[in-house]
Amino acid sequence: MSLQLPLRERSNGIPGVTKAVILVGGASRGTRFRPLSLDVPKPLFDIAGHPIIWHCLAAISKVPSIHEVYLIGYYEESVFRDFIKDASLEFPNLSIKYLREYQALGTAGGLYHFRDTILRHHPEHIFVLNSDVCCSFPLNEMLRLAEEKDAEAVILGTRVPEEAACNFGCIVSDSHTRRVLHYVEKPESYISNLINCGVYLFSADALFPSIRSAIKRRVDRPRLASYRSSENLAASFHLEDDDSTEKPEVIRLEQDILSDMADNKQFFVYETKDFWRQIKTAGSAIPANALYLQKAWQNGSQELAQPSANIIPPVYIHPTAQVHPTAKLGPNVSVGPRAVIGAGARVKESIVLEDAEIKHDACVLYSIIGWSSRVGAWARVEGTPTPVTSHNTTIIKNGVKVQAITILGKECVVGDEVRVQNCVCLPFKELKRDVANEVIM
Amino acid sequence: MKALILVGGFGTRLRPLTLTMPKPLVEFCNKRMILHQIEALADAGVTDIVLAVNYRPEIMEKYLAEYEKQFGINITISIESEPLGTAGPLKLAEHVLRKDDSPFFVLNSDITCEYPFKELAAFHKSHGDEGTIVVTKVEEPSKYGVVVHKPGHPSKIDRFVEKPVEFVGNRINAGIYILNTSVLDRIELRPTSIEQETFPAMVRDGQLHSFDLEGYWMDVGQPKDFLTGTCLYLTSLAKKGSPLLTPPTEPFVYGGNVMIDPSAKIGKNCKIGPNVVIGPDVVVGDGVRLQRCVLLAGSKVKDHAWVKSTIVGWNSTVGRWARLENVTVLGDDVTIADEVYVNGGSILPHKTIKQNVDSPAIIM
Repeated sequence: MSLQLPLRERSNGIPGVTKAVILVGGASRGTRFRPLSLDVPKPLFDIAGHPIIWHCLAAISKVPSIHEVYLIGYYEESVFRDFIKDASLEFPNLSIKYLREYQALGTAGGLYHFRDTILRHHPEHIFVLNSDVCCSFPLNEMLRLAEEKDAEAVILGTRVPEEAACNFGCIVSDSHTRRVLHYVEKPESYISNLINCGVYLFSADALFPSIRSAIKRRVDRPRLASYRSSENLAASFHLEDDDSTEKPEVIRLEQDILSDMADNKQFFVYETKDFWRQIKTAGSAIPANALYLQKAWQNGSQELAQPSANIIPPVYIHPTAQVHPTAKLGPNVSVGPRAVIGAGARVKESIVLEDAEIKHDACVLYSIIGWSSRVGAWARVEGTPTPVTSHNTTIIKNGVKVQAITILGKECVVGDEVRVQNCVCLPFKELKRDVANEVIM
Repeated sequence: MKALILVGGFGTRLRPLTLTMPKPLVEFCNKRMILHQIEALADAGVTDIVLAVNYRPEIMEKYLAEYEKQFGINITISIESEPLGTAGPLKLAEHVLRKDDSPFFVLNSDITCEYPFKELAAFHKSHGDEGTIVVTKVEEPSKYGVVVHKPGHPSKIDRFVEKPVEFVGNRINAGIYILNTSVLDRIELRPTSIEQETFPAMVRDGQLHSFDLEGYWMDVGQPKDFLTGTCLYLTSLAKKGSPLLTPPTEPFVYGGNVMIDPSAKIGKNCKIGPNVVIGPDVVVGDGVRLQRCVLLAGSKVKDHAWVKSTIVGWNSTVGRWARLENVTVLGDDVTIADEVYVNGGSILPHKTIKQNVDSPAIIM
């Protein structure tokens, strides 16, 4: 059980209502997750045995004051129907609804569009989670900080290596008060190694007025602020052109809201010391899978496979999968529904998706085996290990940038004894010869 | 009859195997390379063999003494204090080669073929000239020195053409000769080449003939060719229906040409072949896939490994789910860890490899 929080009670004695919003994006987003997102919407891709957004929901369900969760995105309604049905059974204390944007409004624009729904039942706080992060979601801790500081916003932050920091939103904070003093999205030069994790908690009273004033700013004065140095002036004029075609409703949380809040609001950062990474590229599913499995293992999750001579934990095997007793699995392996793993096969640091088959004596390392794909006998499908803490999923081979993780899309076939290394293979391809460091169309 | 085998130096081309074993003692298809030749020579009636070497590994003596006894022959080691090329060693061993007036055989120690010594001797006797060299047909003569015959003569050699640009013939020197003792008069005791100096002189005098080799021929002096030569040798055994090959009716044999020493142990559900040699006391685990490879004595290939175009050195170990290919050579006592991939690695003796070798490299 998680700790019960000493939540501030309202004058009427009822704890404040909290709501959560998960930003799921749409089909035109997440192209970096191809080839896997060609067949399944990225938020529903299975990592450690569950869809990516299930992990968000599981964390949300541990916050006692949350009873309503919204998924906001621009996928078709039908996309999340089955997931919401299953998740509602699994998390009976949560009401889960999908709110569809008919045009991409930006992360903040989408929230604003659905403000009436979100504000129903007068929530005091609203969590906003980007669906493409993998972390332990310390939501109760964020909520406690918000209560303590009477914050208008709390952002989840984490430290990254200095050289990686500029790829993220960077936070400068007062180390004593934890107040956010300055926020910049993907700065050109180093500002701070404390970065935005894409998980926010807003007070309802502050969030929508902030978005409203951002919209007003945009209408009065189209975005100009983003040129960052004189060398970049030329580029920034082009940026301006692009922006002028963008509707003023397109308001992004990171660029348009957070930096403004840092100036004058009660804006605080909760720094997590736990794991955190983005799930952007398809290859990042492998380290994310490892992190979620390790978390489940540390929490004594009952759904993981029992360790044995041939199971090196943590390993998740779906109850309908068939794994031969002589096959050796783990660590950090997820095997999906009805997948078949043959005698003497070896699977390590990999995801084997639904209905895939790995034949006898094959070896699968640092790879994702797509739905209904087949790996032949004595075949070797292999990626290159990268540290789970690295935020990069490409490596340099013979001077060329390649994917470190091998990914087979849906219904691919690797012939008997064939070796595939550091390749991305689009759906329905058959690999009959050895390949390395290639994208196979 | 007498014979001289040109062994030469340290066999650096066959490293890392020859770092711990003199080249003549490396097993080729489960028989030491020198023994293939000694056996064939003894069978053709040779009683005196000279090994021309320019270093003297002590370990050789033990084996040679054994072979002397086994075949009832004399083996002399002739050591060059400085390398004498391919002709000088003949002069150095003159006292043995002139023991009687009969002609003597000369062969390069790296050659594998079906040695035609008896037929060669008979042919040599029939033409009555000073020397005969064995020639073999090749597909790409432009890479070699080609033998050109006198017009209208089936065997008398007219000239040699080194790496011909235009087609002049497709027969090349196979590195096996029979020479009259008088040829020794043409050689001085200095570094000198039989191919560059002695033979051209004999050709000018109309004293050199060629003899066509039947069947396969290969210089197995380097790993890539060692593997190719192994395939050729096994194929020729298969053609003869040799009992040295494991019968293809064994469930694990795939595609034939598999030679397994009786002391080796093979696990369950393996797929072995074609062209595999497994030496004495080798242990092959379960679910192992072997093709076009040589496992030398005392080596071990663990469960589910995949090995192709590889020489696994003596007492080496290949880990579970390891994959070796593309002319990988493991020296003596090398360990390849579980799940490791080695592409064209030359691994020096006593090394342990724990990370992939993705592209061909020498691991010191």
